[in-house]
Amino acid sequence: MKILVAISNVPDTTTKIQFTDGDTKFNAAGVTFVINPYDEWYALVRALELKEANLAEKVTLIHVGLADSEATIRKGLALGADDAVRIDAEGPDALFVADQIAAYAKANAYDLILVGKETINYNGSSVGAMISGVLDLPFISLANKLDLAGNKATVEQEVDGGTQIVECELPLVISCAKGMAEQRIPNMRGIMAARTKPLTVVASNGAAPLTSVKSFTLSAGRTAVKMISEDNMDELVQLLHTQAKVI
Amino acid sequence: MSVLVYTEINKGRVKKASLECINYAAKIAELTGSTVTAFVNNADAAQLEEIGKAGATKILSVKNDKFNADSMLVSAAVEQAAKAENAKVIVFAFDIVGKAVAPRLSAKLKAGLVAGAVDYPSVNGSSLEVKKNVFSGKATALYSINSEVKIISLLPNSFPVTAGDNKATVVDFSVDLSSVNSRIVVKEVKSNDANGTTPLPEAELVVSAGRGMKGPENWKIIEDLAGSLGATTACSRPVADMHWRPHHEHVGQTGVAIRPNLYIAVGISGAIQHLAGVNGSKTIVVINNDKEAPFFKSADYGVVGDAFTIVPKLTEAIKKFKANQN
Repeated sequence: MKILVAISNVPDTTTKIQFTDGDTKFNAAGVTFVINPYDEWYALVRALELKEANLAEKVTLIHVGLADSEATIRKGLALGADDAVRIDAEGPDALFVADQIAAYAKANAYDLILVGKETINYNGSSVGAMISGVLDLPFISLANKLDLAGNKATVEQEVDGGTQIVECELPLVISCAKGMAEQRIPNMRGIMAARTKPLTVVASNGAAPLTSVKSFTLSAGRTAVKMISEDNMDELVQLLHTQAKVI
Repeated sequence: MSVLVYTEINKGRVKKASLECINYAAKIAELTGSTVTAFVNNADAAQLEEIGKAGATKILSVKNDKFNADSMLVSAAVEQAAKAENAKVIVFAFDIVGKAVAPRLSAKLKAGLVAGAVDYPSVNGSSLEVKKNVFSGKATALYSINSEVKIISLLPNSFPVTAGDNKATVVDFSVDLSSVNSRIVVKEVKSNDANGTTPLPEAELVVSAGRGMKGPENWKIIEDLAGSLGATTACSRPVADMHWRPHHEHVGQTGVAIRPNLYIAVGISGAIQHLAGVNGSKTIVVINNDKEAPFFKSADYGVVGDAFTIVPKLTEAIKKFKANQN
């Protein structure tokens, strides 16, 4: 049983977002990059838990990105992944990223591919389903719980108006959401071990992205808050009716 | 050539997010000189009529009880419809089904996807250009979709729903799913909708509360406020983590991202992760006893004071307002 966990390299949640080159590129100067939280806290940690429970033999990280993302990959190795692969390419287009991951997964026969439910930079919730499409594998989205027994996965996932429990034989692709696992912090032993764990760099397949970002715009901030006295809730209701027009 | 819309029936009605998609597709059809075809499974006559009124000129009506549980099957079915209709643009809601199916279809058709669009597209030569939120709502990105077939999924509550008197041509459409190796078996379904309110992703009015409520036993005043408005209740992450409220009510970056017309936040300080999931709300009201709470900087209206005094007063004011409206 081999698990492949796709991780993305994203600006830390608290980053002040800025753009450069005529608002066509994200300004990475001075920004701290981290493993995308959904990939780390849920997909990677659950994979590690499955390995610790002797339900998986190996956990491999895969990341599509340039050399400057290797610190992020090493953090994933420090958490406990066995090895890592970096596809040497940059691409904000989700299908390009999924194509690269799928090609590596196909060539190396993984039983389970885990991704976070979305990245906190592009918020597309797309890569997992795209990998499943390229590989023609089943896809279970928004998983809150994952258990393995032999060749079968039992997954609790979010559905409209509730949750459902599904079963599926491996191989399959799962996108992971809150509830799958608790956040871990790498310990010193893990950090030291990560320095020598294998990190393979693979060339991209050179596919052309089908979408491109033409420009970015910072979201307009709200106008200054209007404070209402706690003794004047009638005024607030009137403002919500006449000014905001929401009731 | 057509704009194909994946339309979903949920709990006996056409999903509001699907109606938004049909309206949106009608705008694209105007821009590109094409027609709108809706794909729907297991719709009755009234639902087909509603889909037509929203702007579909043709409806591919499928009767199939199998495919809704597995994105492999849904994707294969929509792919067959897209090919039958020579669809150059396919529209989904950016909801639970759309997030699983639209990307898979994108991979199958080699079709560029913009997931979570928040604006109508413009045509630029053979490309469509459309905006979506990025960096958890801190910015928008203008994407160009350059493939021959283009897929757009729409962030729910981003577009108005209008209905006209259009009548669609309904065509029975058969899908052949025999070659799809579907292996997902549903063992159990658990519903969250016991109180019958609008699900959070579709809700236009949301009343949410956080640790400032001091305990789950105090939620009655939040429910009363929500009830006076016809709103859906929500909560912050710590509240869900402490099991004061169910996890499906958790709104924020790690919970449900919402985009209501009105978001009332009671006793929530406004951590950046919470804001990332609610900052698409059109109007935000913050009630907090800490005048320095960061959420006030992201609010339209603020009230400083004790929630246990203010919330019942606001509930009464809304009831009085509604009584005068009738």
